[in-house]
Amino acid sequence: MGRYILRRLLQLIPVFIGTTFLIYVLVWSVPGDPFAGLCGDRKCPDAFVATMTEKYNLDDNIFVQYAKYMGALLQGDFGQTFSGQSVGELIALRFPVSVRLAIVAVAIEAIIGITAGVLTGLRGRGYLDNLVLVSTLFLISLPTFVTGFLLQQVLLAGEWEFFPPTVSDQANWHELLVPGFVLGSISMAYVSRLTRTSISENKRADYVRTALAKGQPKRRVVGVHLMRNSMIPVLTFLGTDLGGLMGGAIVTEGIFNIKGVGGLVYDAILSKEGFIVTGVVVLLVIVFLLVNLAIDLLYAVLDPRIRYD
Amino acid sequence: MRRSRWLARAAGPLTLALVLSGCGTSGDDSGGGNNSDQQAKNDSTEITVFGTDPENPLVPGNTTETGGSKVIDALFTGLVKYDPVSGEPKNAHAENIETAQDGKSITFKLKSGWKFHDGTDVKAKNYVDAWNYTAYSPNGQQGASFFAQVKGFEEVNTADPDGDGPQQAPEPAAKTMSGLEVVDDLTFKVTFTEAHPIFATKVGYTTFMPLPDLFFSDKAGFEAKPIGNGPFKFISRVPKQEIKVERFEEYAGEDKPKIKMVKFAYPESVDAAYAQVKGNQLDFLDTIPPSGLAGNVWKEDLKGRSGNSEILSIQVLAFPLYDPKYGNADFRKAISMAINRDEITKVIFEGNRVPVNGYGVPKLPGWTDGACGEFCKFDPTKAKELFAKSGFQGPLEITSNADGGHKEWIEAACGNIKNTLGLDCTFVPVQTFGEIRRKINAHEMTQVYRAGWLADYPLVENFLNPLYRTGASSNDNLYTNPAVDAKLAEADKATSQEEAFKLYHEAEEMIAKDMPAIPLWNTSAQWGHSTKVKNVRMTPKRELDLSFVEIA
Amino acid sequence: MTDPTTAATGSAVTENVDTFVTAAEQVETKPGKPRSLWSDAWHDLRRRPLFILSLVLIVFFLTMALFPGLFTSVDPNATDLSRSRQAPSAEAWFGYDVQGRDVYARVIYGARWSIMVGVLASLLTVLLGGVLGILGGYLGGWLDGLLSRIADVFFGLPFVLGAIVILSAFRSANVNSAPAIVGAVVLSIGLLSWPVAMRIMRSAAITAKQQDYVRAARALGARTSRVLRRHMLPNCLAPVLVYATIALGAFIGVEATLSFLGIGLRAPAVSWGVMIADARNYIRVAPHLLFFPAGALVLTVLSFVMLGDAVRDALDPKLR
Repeated sequence: MGRYILRRLLQLIPVFIGTTFLIYVLVWSVPGDPFAGLCGDRKCPDAFVATMTEKYNLDDNIFVQYAKYMGALLQGDFGQTFSGQSVGELIALRFPVSVRLAIVAVAIEAIIGITAGVLTGLRGRGYLDNLVLVSTLFLISLPTFVTGFLLQQVLLAGEWEFFPPTVSDQANWHELLVPGFVLGSISMAYVSRLTRTSISENKRADYVRTALAKGQPKRRVVGVHLMRNSMIPVLTFLGTDLGGLMGGAIVTEGIFNIKGVGGLVYDAILSKEGFIVTGVVVLLVIVFLLVNLAIDLLYAVLDPRIRYD
Repeated sequence: MRRSRWLARAAGPLTLALVLSGCGTSGDDSGGGNNSDQQAKNDSTEITVFGTDPENPLVPGNTTETGGSKVIDALFTGLVKYDPVSGEPKNAHAENIETAQDGKSITFKLKSGWKFHDGTDVKAKNYVDAWNYTAYSPNGQQGASFFAQVKGFEEVNTADPDGDGPQQAPEPAAKTMSGLEVVDDLTFKVTFTEAHPIFATKVGYTTFMPLPDLFFSDKAGFEAKPIGNGPFKFISRVPKQEIKVERFEEYAGEDKPKIKMVKFAYPESVDAAYAQVKGNQLDFLDTIPPSGLAGNVWKEDLKGRSGNSEILSIQVLAFPLYDPKYGNADFRKAISMAINRDEITKVIFEGNRVPVNGYGVPKLPGWTDGACGEFCKFDPTKAKELFAKSGFQGPLEITSNADGGHKEWIEAACGNIKNTLGLDCTFVPVQTFGEIRRKINAHEMTQVYRAGWLADYPLVENFLNPLYRTGASSNDNLYTNPAVDAKLAEADKATSQEEAFKLYHEAEEMIAKDMPAIPLWNTSAQWGHSTKVKNVRMTPKRELDLSFVEIA
Repeated sequence: MTDPTTAATGSAVTENVDTFVTAAEQVETKPGKPRSLWSDAWHDLRRRPLFILSLVLIVFFLTMALFPGLFTSVDPNATDLSRSRQAPSAEAWFGYDVQGRDVYARVIYGARWSIMVGVLASLLTVLLGGVLGILGGYLGGWLDGLLSRIADVFFGLPFVLGAIVILSAFRSANVNSAPAIVGAVVLSIGLLSWPVAMRIMRSAAITAKQQDYVRAARALGARTSRVLRRHMLPNCLAPVLVYATIALGAFIGVEATLSFLGIGLRAPAVSWGVMIADARNYIRVAPHLLFFPAGALVLTVLSFVMLGDAVRDALDPKLR
């Protein structure tokens, strides 16, 4: 087990370097001069552009630039934004909000998706199955900006204290429920399909039959044996989704005024704030890789047939 | 000096686009209890104003976009201030401004007793040092070009000989401009290379603010906690989230604010900000998003707490004249006459814009509509005739940045062009603003593009000279017509205002015959506020008048 | 199993070395001449009403995509501002949009590009991810390690960043014809989504590799290509198909988001995504602008998912 984890951690290193390098190159290769658009509608003075170019090492070869950046990063320095703010501080402010939002979203999609999947998987084809299918598909077919906007209109009309139409800067958990639903709605369909398939296959498995033959109550068989074994693919998906939802919540964050990293990265991409983009993505990649590792370790708990050696 | 102002985007440039009459106030002073009650309310409640996160450190000379200048304007007060209603420059920190007979120098005399937020006095030296710092090219300040007319500017500001190329700009010969001279603690004199009397009205811009001595000794400290001389002092900043300021009690200016605490908040999107104003979580929003403008729902949503102000700004379609494809004036006129401005402003803009027939806008004092004549009127028959004559080979593409909400009207204009001329016309959005700006600067545009011009001051001259004169600073499309140049020069020298207006009008007529850009309509600003505040009005700079607003 | 990632996404995971054949399943296989897996599946499919229904719908939408002229004679790009945002009427069944264009005609003509983006992007994703996944899963070793790490790198890349870079590059290259714009959008979606399909396929392949019939085939000396094609593929396809059918719908939605951000499809390629993105600001004043393209989108996605479901059930011998 220990050796396995060590091997996995070592594997993270090339992935980490590869991703950050790719990001770094991509950000600075977005067409357009990063400083040409900085002066509103007027042309920026040459001296301003020259000063900024030097500050961000843009005259160097891309490998040198990357090496300089990573060198500083390993010492905990995320660099500065064009407006002179510390990128590290910015990330420290926003990252927790994104983590909270992603957790809420994954929780909602897991609860609704798995419940729907288990119900339909056990019952098989029928009215309920089709209802779940249609309603979840309806949600993925509508882009987030439509679902988000519509739900916000409902919240504005409702004026509920508990569900405000926009999220405050503190981003409390209850404020994130509706945005979390909007964000999670895209993956809900997939979670429910995955659960349904898994359950309907496993319910015929021999261990289920054995358990039933031994006279165990059906609830226990479903709740313990069937569920445990069927959750592996679902968990894998939820794990990968957690990382994706953190950085990919651009539209949701915009609609509900959530100060997360999605909008930060998007704006940074457009204005070519390379240090912000790379800084955030570095963290996202770490989270993504660690979550995947954790999920892999969970397999052994869920499925006794999986062993690490 | 004044560089390109084409192509507004969300975080627009610092301008003096005047929001003239009709700018109005909403919410009266009536019935608000007695004065001390009101004062207590004003002192205890924080108001939240919409903004965008400043793109640069909060240094006045390096701030040319709206997000930063909103804060700078609260923190600093310069020599003059623009009247929140009329937009006229009025002396603020300047006691007296004396322009020499020949217009080649101006002497500024300061009021005494003004203090920076750190308690030091504001002296003439603070202005001169700040201006020299901004103009000195190695400092890389964005506002440097505002000092281009000051004597000695060339010695402190050197250009990079090959633009983006490998060569470095040479080290400037001097560190200070010879045209700036401190006479005594409260007096300084500015000398220009040529007569430049208009300078006296420009000094209310953010670029011209004084800087405390602390700035020069501890720049990092200043950037972390800016110190100004204005009505509000800096309290705290959370990056990309908020900036808090508080009333500066020792402020000596006349526009001392009534409210105490102001928070500039930076919502993630204008749509979110709109929802916040509607739900009274945000107190002032200077832009209504397209979803609120559609069907004019904002007028219902924010009934009794919103307004519409015309801005001194014009929307045009510009042709990259350096591309021979667009070289034929008949073709350009045909396009202009194929666009039904009345219908587009009515249907797409819900009546919030006014079509123009000339290169100025209706709210401009002394300006008369109609210089463009028949060329800016929708006339399918004539358009077809001119188009056939031009021999233009299609298709036509119109481009703009994707995030500015321009898609609808450009598509509508394209529809007009297609229906009238049978010419295939498509809208091509460009993702990043920097990309389009770079292409314009480098004269590499190959498509017709949308452009907007926001005036610096309320004179028709500002709509013509920088844009259509040969070699002018914002003549991005390299338009040139010696007759127009001569006419504009003649108008500049006119002895009476009437004559000047008449000559500018004639110049406009001549430009319209060449049609280097198609004038479309003016622009306007829609704004809204919460029920928590009253006495809300918008200043000419499209900002909330912080000296006037009170808690309801 | 040595590597738990083998147990990643996919439904075949819990099928272990010993697979039982139930009595009911034995009844299914009728005596007679032996049929291949695919003809077997087809035989089975013909009798499913859901399959028939989804097939009819897909044929309907495909006809719409290929021959829009059969459904409407109105030019989808004909504008007339005087009828801007008019509600549905006998004249225009779905009403008019902001530019006064006929929404019905646009929905019909939009089918082509929307379906093309959805189908091509999922095809590319599944092909790229599937091939790499099955190779990595079956062959294992350093190749598997390398492919998995590359997939991880792409997985960590934020979608929007990648899409903006790729699509802006195409834009700078002056890609302006409709098929080329669609191609660029498909390519960027495919390039950024294949790791998901790869992981699913890989885990399925690792499980299938351990199965008796694969071991038997290898023991009998079957060539790798034959084992992959005849034994591995049919057994690994199910989970990827589930993903692909849902991804198809999601990709049409992704295209809408890209259009909304200004980097997706644009005129002359009109898609449902573009229509939905355009309708966004008018949801409150003209909901029909959103309703009809979104409805068409949901129906299309639904029929593809139902089809995929039926095919999967038919292909998977254990479920029969």
